[in-house]
Amino acid sequence: MAACSFQSITKSFGPTPVLRGVSLSIADGEFLTLLGPSGCGKSTLLRILAGLEVQDAGSVSIGERAVDGLRPKRRDVAMVFQSYALYPHMTVASNVALPLRMRRLSAFQRFPLLGRLLPGTARTAAEIDVEVTRTCKSLGIGHLLDRKPGQLSGGQRQRVAVGRAMVRHPAVFLMDEPLSNLDAKLRVQMRAEIKELHQRLGVTFIYVTHDQAEAMTLSDRVAVMLEGELLQVAPPQVIYADPDDRRVAEFIGSPKINMFDGVVREHGLIDVAGSTLAIEVDALAGAPLTLGIRPEAFHLADHGGPGALTGSVRMVEHIGSDLFVHLDLAGVDHPLVARLLAERAPHIAPGQDLHLRVFPDRVLLFTRDGRRLRRRVESGRASVTPIRELAR
Amino acid sequence: MSASTSTPHLPAYAAILRHAVLLVTGALVLIPFVWMVSLSVKPPGEIFRAHFSLWPSQFYGVENYTKALTEAPLLRYMGNGLIVCTLILGLQIIVCAPCAYALAKLRFAGRDLLHGLVLIGLLLPHQVLSLPLFILCYQLGILNTYAALVFPYVVSPFGIFLFRQFFKAIPDDVVHAARLDGLSELAIIWRIMVPMALPAVIAFSIFSVVGHWNDLFWPLIAVRDQSLMPPPLGIMAFKNEEAGNDYGPLMAASTLVVLPLVIAFLAAQKWFVEGLAKGAVK
Repeated sequence: MAACSFQSITKSFGPTPVLRGVSLSIADGEFLTLLGPSGCGKSTLLRILAGLEVQDAGSVSIGERAVDGLRPKRRDVAMVFQSYALYPHMTVASNVALPLRMRRLSAFQRFPLLGRLLPGTARTAAEIDVEVTRTCKSLGIGHLLDRKPGQLSGGQRQRVAVGRAMVRHPAVFLMDEPLSNLDAKLRVQMRAEIKELHQRLGVTFIYVTHDQAEAMTLSDRVAVMLEGELLQVAPPQVIYADPDDRRVAEFIGSPKINMFDGVVREHGLIDVAGSTLAIEVDALAGAPLTLGIRPEAFHLADHGGPGALTGSVRMVEHIGSDLFVHLDLAGVDHPLVARLLAERAPHIAPGQDLHLRVFPDRVLLFTRDGRRLRRRVESGRASVTPIRELAR
Repeated sequence: MSASTSTPHLPAYAAILRHAVLLVTGALVLIPFVWMVSLSVKPPGEIFRAHFSLWPSQFYGVENYTKALTEAPLLRYMGNGLIVCTLILGLQIIVCAPCAYALAKLRFAGRDLLHGLVLIGLLLPHQVLSLPLFILCYQLGILNTYAALVFPYVVSPFGIFLFRQFFKAIPDDVVHAARLDGLSELAIIWRIMVPMALPAVIAFSIFSVVGHWNDLFWPLIAVRDQSLMPPPLGIMAFKNEEAGNDYGPLMAASTLVVLPLVIAFLAAQKWFVEGLAKGAVK
């Protein structure tokens, strides 16, 4: 078990900067997810921690020691790869046993045929066998020990990869998009198993994904990365409800948060999309800003007027308990998406006019360059939104 | 690979045409071999007879083969061939696999330049180098030894190129996983890369063994001692000095020389297909 930290890591591939001064600390036993679109540098950061890539500047430490310049095998980390990276010519048992054999047997003892004759080899090999069998049984692949990876399904290969990583009890567990090669149903199941595994092992997990549902459901904290920068590191519900940056707000949440450009009319009033909303803001009249409104922050109003947004319904999507209403607002080029309770909004049809009101304390304000504007009233009170909306 | 592929619903004339073409080309390749085997069991009188028959009217096989085995040290030649081919193949794999791994998976300055040099090496026929190699062997004092037969072939640009292409197709993640599992770079080569590239290793082995078993040119230059001669050179010596124009024993000797290759190839072919199937897993 160990804490990890990155200090001002930079890395470029040729002229392309991949990481621009990333600093991050991960507590012992924490489950941290690096979340971001592909190409944002999250996998590179993980590989730098594992020692598979070398950073251009900055330092990495695991536990108390700086590990820069240490070979991967000396860092006491294990990794599960997106492609599983199993050895196709070895059986499941040999795949899982390899890290133990490399650590516990000397080079002579590992020598084919002759190694078996050396003293101690047989006993150590038997111990390794016992551990491999125990690990595989705990993962539900105990009956597959003699198979080759080519004979296994995706989920089984995934488990073998996890088994190979956990069998040597690493201080830190790294996972690089381990679920992206699985089908949707299996992904949800394996997600739960990974969560369980973390609770059972209690070691530090660092998990890389581009899938926000995985990040939100699994993590203690989520680190959102974009273009080589760390935008925000916070627990999932904070990332969702209280983002620091417009890009974080837009990346997290499905359907995407609604963004409208507005102008402060006077203290407490903002002109937006042909209407005026009553929202507390510390800004001078005439200041331009951007309002971010999550789809579920809307509710139906009986009539238009000040404080309501009015538009014509473009499309209605039913998802059971709720429905997504896409609304064209006058003077706004993209439709507004609102999530309404199905029972409260039974008769919405495309083409009709609809009035929506907003819960003012759930409107997120950003400057035009994307920084979050926090209202004094709200500071310290993180409005918590249930994250079940995210779980697909 | 093609063992069980058949084209369904092919019109009869197309099937006949296709088979005819295949049979003719197959025959063109096989006839010299059949002729060789046929001559090897004929008495001298029948060999130059005007009409051709596959099977001799008088079976003379025992005499020809006995003569081939006794009048020249044919087994010795084949033993030499075995020693030389085994040494060449073993050393080639030992040298080529690490080179190919470095070119395929490691990042270092000058890698592409080195790969370019390997490709240039691939373009040069070995005969072009025979004079410098002869002088080098002379300077090293290894002329007329096994070393002279083995050493020029130890670094094979073809082997490096072939292995590199195979290693490149192996995902980097596998190498990364192996490093995390505690394997050294050499262990990665021998425990992970080479077994995963087994089809390439077997294909290369076939090329290498066939090429060097049948090589005449370089042994002709490098050795004089009859006890060091590989099979083709041995047959030549045999023809000139021992058998003269006695074609029966000569063909018997030739048949005996290719026999191990045919057996080895048939055995390796099965492996080859198996290796391909194993390599196909993700």
